[in-house]
Amino acid sequence: MAYLWIGFAGFLGAILRYSISLFLFHESAVFPFATLSVNLIGSFLLAWFITAIVKRFSIPDHLKAAIGTGFIGSFTTFSTLSVETVTLIQNQDLFLAFVYVFISIVGGLMMSRLGYRLVEEKQTDEHA
Amino acid sequence: MSMLNVLLVGIGGFFGAISRFSVSQFINRRFSYRIPVATLFINLLGSFLLGLLIGIGIGGSALLLLGTGYMGAFTTFSTFKLEGIQLHIEKRKKDFFIYNAASYGGGIALAYIGIELGHLFF
Repeated sequence: MAYLWIGFAGFLGAILRYSISLFLFHESAVFPFATLSVNLIGSFLLAWFITAIVKRFSIPDHLKAAIGTGFIGSFTTFSTLSVETVTLIQNQDLFLAFVYVFISIVGGLMMSRLGYRLVEEKQTDEHA
Repeated sequence: MSMLNVLLVGIGGFFGAISRFSVSQFINRRFSYRIPVATLFINLLGSFLLGLLIGIGIGGSALLLLGTGYMGAFTTFSTFKLEGIQLHIEKRKKDFFIYNAASYGGGIALAYIGIELGHLFF
């Protein structure tokens, strides 16, 4: 049953990623803003969700996997990032390729850390 | 945007997410290593296969189903970053560096190889 939950959540996550790329960004854009933004948003959401639910609520395992692994996992993507970087390099946009990978590395980690920190700060407030 | 396109991406995402979950459970049950090898394997394989699809030159509905939907959902960025920040918090600097270098270096190299192989044979 866990598989079906994860699959259905993956269905929704992939559609949301696709919709954001359709509605918020132009396909002709030189820089892959769409992938970058879903990846950064998703990194924040997953870190926040995993730490927040583990520490505060008792959510059943299948739902935890559906939201974390299924929905947020499918919302973000790595394969598109790799291919887009190669495309930028092949188009001689070496600087943009570097910027894209750099923001993905540093920005993604910062967003993930922010998701963690949000939970830590809430806990500090409660202890005060 | 057509409803059919949205549905194709969703169906791809359904199977992509289940595949990622199954493969990562399979790997995690058998292997334990200093870096998260399951996510690394999935992201490297997916980068190669998406590159291959692009190199072959599929487009339209097939690309939405297999590329945007399936490979997009099979690979993941959020879990990769969560695992990365956990290594960082645990002060495992060397593992943190290896994981990032292998993911980005390997992913980009394999996507390139996939694209070129696709060009070569189709």
